[in-house]
Amino acid sequence: MSTAETAAPTAPADRIGRSGARKDAGPKIRGRAEFAGDIDVPRMVHGKVLRAELPHAGIKSIDTSAAERMPGVVAVLIGPELTGFDPYWGHAIKDRPILAIDRVRFRGEPVAAVAAEDEAIAEAALREIVVDYDELPVLGTIADATADDAPLVHEGELRPGLFHGLGELPAREGNVCYRYRLDAGSVELAEAEGELTVEGEYEFPAVYQYAMETHTVIADFGDGEITLWASCQHPFLVRAEIADLFNLPIGRVRVIVPYLGGGFGSKSYTKMEPITAALSWKAGRPVRIQNSVEESMVTTRRHGMRCRMRTTADRDGKLRARSVRLWLDTGAYADNGPRVCATAGDAAPGPYRWDAVHVDASCVYTNTSPAGSYRAFGAAHLQWIGELQVDEIARRAEIDPLEIRRRNLLRPGEPARPDGSGKPLDADLVGDVEKAAAAIGWGEPKGDWVGRGLAVGLLAAGAHPVSNASVRMEADGSVEVNVGTTEMGQGARTVMAQIAAQELAIDVDGVTVQGADTRFTPYDRSTGASRSTTLAGLAVQRAAADLRERLLETAADAWGIERAELEVADGVVRGAGREAGYAELIAQRFGFVGGELVGQGEVRPEQGSGSYAEGPVFWEICIAAAEVGVDPETGRVGVERMATIADVGKAINPLLVERQDEGAVLQGVGNALFEEMVFEDGVLMNDTLLDYRVPRIEDMPTQMTGIIVENADGPGPYGAKGCGEGAQAATPAAIATALADAGVPMYELPFTPERVWRRIKNLKEDDRG
Amino acid sequence: MNQVRIAVNGTPRELVVPANELLLDTLRERLGLTGAKRSCDVQVCGTCTVLVDGQPVSSCTYLACDADGREVLTIEGFAEQAEFAEFERAFDERAALQCGFCTPGFVLTLKALRDAGELRSREDVIRGLDGNVCRCTGYKSIVEAAEMLVGEPAAPRGER
Repeated sequence: MSTAETAAPTAPADRIGRSGARKDAGPKIRGRAEFAGDIDVPRMVHGKVLRAELPHAGIKSIDTSAAERMPGVVAVLIGPELTGFDPYWGHAIKDRPILAIDRVRFRGEPVAAVAAEDEAIAEAALREIVVDYDELPVLGTIADATADDAPLVHEGELRPGLFHGLGELPAREGNVCYRYRLDAGSVELAEAEGELTVEGEYEFPAVYQYAMETHTVIADFGDGEITLWASCQHPFLVRAEIADLFNLPIGRVRVIVPYLGGGFGSKSYTKMEPITAALSWKAGRPVRIQNSVEESMVTTRRHGMRCRMRTTADRDGKLRARSVRLWLDTGAYADNGPRVCATAGDAAPGPYRWDAVHVDASCVYTNTSPAGSYRAFGAAHLQWIGELQVDEIARRAEIDPLEIRRRNLLRPGEPARPDGSGKPLDADLVGDVEKAAAAIGWGEPKGDWVGRGLAVGLLAAGAHPVSNASVRMEADGSVEVNVGTTEMGQGARTVMAQIAAQELAIDVDGVTVQGADTRFTPYDRSTGASRSTTLAGLAVQRAAADLRERLLETAADAWGIERAELEVADGVVRGAGREAGYAELIAQRFGFVGGELVGQGEVRPEQGSGSYAEGPVFWEICIAAAEVGVDPETGRVGVERMATIADVGKAINPLLVERQDEGAVLQGVGNALFEEMVFEDGVLMNDTLLDYRVPRIEDMPTQMTGIIVENADGPGPYGAKGCGEGAQAATPAAIATALADAGVPMYELPFTPERVWRRIKNLKEDDRG
Repeated sequence: MNQVRIAVNGTPRELVVPANELLLDTLRERLGLTGAKRSCDVQVCGTCTVLVDGQPVSSCTYLACDADGREVLTIEGFAEQAEFAEFERAFDERAALQCGFCTPGFVLTLKALRDAGELRSREDVIRGLDGNVCRCTGYKSIVEAAEMLVGEPAAPRGER
């Protein structure tokens, strides 16, 4: 994408690159920002969901009669009632019924839904529903599901969903619902020639995103029309999927998105919208369903993974070949598993120059809760493993970890995928990792049980490059940006306002940015994959530039002056000795007080279809350096120094960039040191925040340094590219390499005190043996 | 059903509530005060924090009946007080919020700490905010904002 057609305004570039205040700070600090759960719709009733108690079972019967008789109960809905249409959904694979039909495939799967006058009644009614189950064998792990004689979680052919976006779906192989392969060169040959080989088996845990606002949806299913107020990141994809599911034209589904209380991928694509819409249809009234944390934990999560990796190099540390086999546990329904699988496959080689690479990634159905997107998916899974192996090669070759990276890292313009496909590398990785290393005192003396580590990775970012925006100027010169980006904390509304203000040479205060209402807001594919500033931001830049042209034309016509002689600056159009404010020009254009000017901006694939294979839009850089201390007596790991790189091309709002990475670091610390969803035979054992620990204030690294790199090498406005995810993949990886440097190489995340202590004990025993 | 008298943000309220009604539901559903949020339901996350007689409590596990005869301050009420401007400025300046879901809980906890004279240092901040979870910020910005608020209570207790 290029910004060439949008001539920059002549005013100084002072609205971007500045850490102005967040547009949403006031309402959020005052508790007035509206989230889905704060909205009351007239005639609204409350929905609750009865969830399966067993991880895998046939449903013999469901008796809802007692629940239906309860005063205050408005409707009870069960799967067998979903007739007359195709009740299956799923953006990647259409494998999921709105409510269980004949069978439940995970513990927590919705079996029935109740709408009642208040939540307490709805909850009481759930307890009156009697389900008779027929227990089936449970495929609780990847090993269970990939065994030769494993029963199938899903029978029959897999049907592609509307947005799987990964080319032809291969036929299902047993419980493997998607497979991604990446091959370049002859691994056999390179491995035969290489002198150093590192090989290992690794485990990555299922993790809960914990957006503090749980999934919340209000649905109003009217006459051939559905309105949703939803805590969703991708309103336009939800709209299309709901329209497809209920056989409605896209325009008859309306999705309104208030502020989101965090997303991190957990609110990407469709989640609780289908069941809420169906319940509203049955109830004949608007229904709100608000998950509990326990319910959101089984609504979506990060994929657990098993991985075998082998890295081969020459004795001088020249990397030669990498071979990777991995299995992702996507749970009972695919959710975003196929794309996570492809992204993990792309992240497996790491950003190095290889003679040969072989990656084989499988996405596996099991009888556990469905897994989907979580910040930096794929990269978070693979980077710590690949980087541990690079460091082990360095150790055996007696090269400094920074030096082995200098020698082997890809340079800008080199193919980032080893097979040469897609977007070449668009960042200076060597420069970046040197900065990160310097920030944690690389090379300084250190004590026993202290380690320093580096991590470098790439994340395929941007998703599909389709974004539209419009910018409207009212008669008084105030400006509204209409863009589909969801504000979920990242600061999108602030950044969009800055971009519009910059193009129109006005104060950021004069710009309003609202949440999406798909009836009025121009189409934007999604809010995820770090795409908003880059793609939606580019659409806003183009829309604002288009509006600027309208202003310049208006002045040129009014004054009988050539357009080329005019420019905008500080809220006026001027040229040829004349000057007029925007409000004055709008009044002149319409001849009266009133009217408006609208600019449109569109971003679409510049060539090809914008498919995954042709992409990504840009490579998000995942770079961190860590210093950790280990207590050998307790196994406790402390993160002392942490540095991350935000290689953003251009920081529209530098403070918000830093803040994004700080958040990513803490989520990465959780992923590295203690976060883990523990399943036993398909049953989640730690399903509350009492048992599932998320990082608290005391878990902050002692020192956190966020470094912003601005090389204007991104495809977004002013050379910007996205950020905020890379640090989450890089943080666990840097902690892993630092821990290995301290003498404790680990093979299983999270690095809990118990695991670290056992590993230290085993290493000591190995030494003695 | 129980009849309770609660002073909510300085306004006396007489309410009839079931014995098992949570203060969070009373505030959100009956009084339309949605600044306190529901999240973990088990007193871990602090996003439902309100002040009862000046003490921070998790309203998700606090019965409305137990607030009988007490004063409840929510973020909506605090936002009307002169002292709030300082808190708002600190959080705004340090961009100490992202999604904003947890922010009212942090602000009210900090107010209670300062009123109690327990906001004197960075160590106080770390100790005092251990019961509030923020999933977005990584806490650094919140610590920076809180450090701007370190100091003596704006007025001695009982005079507000």
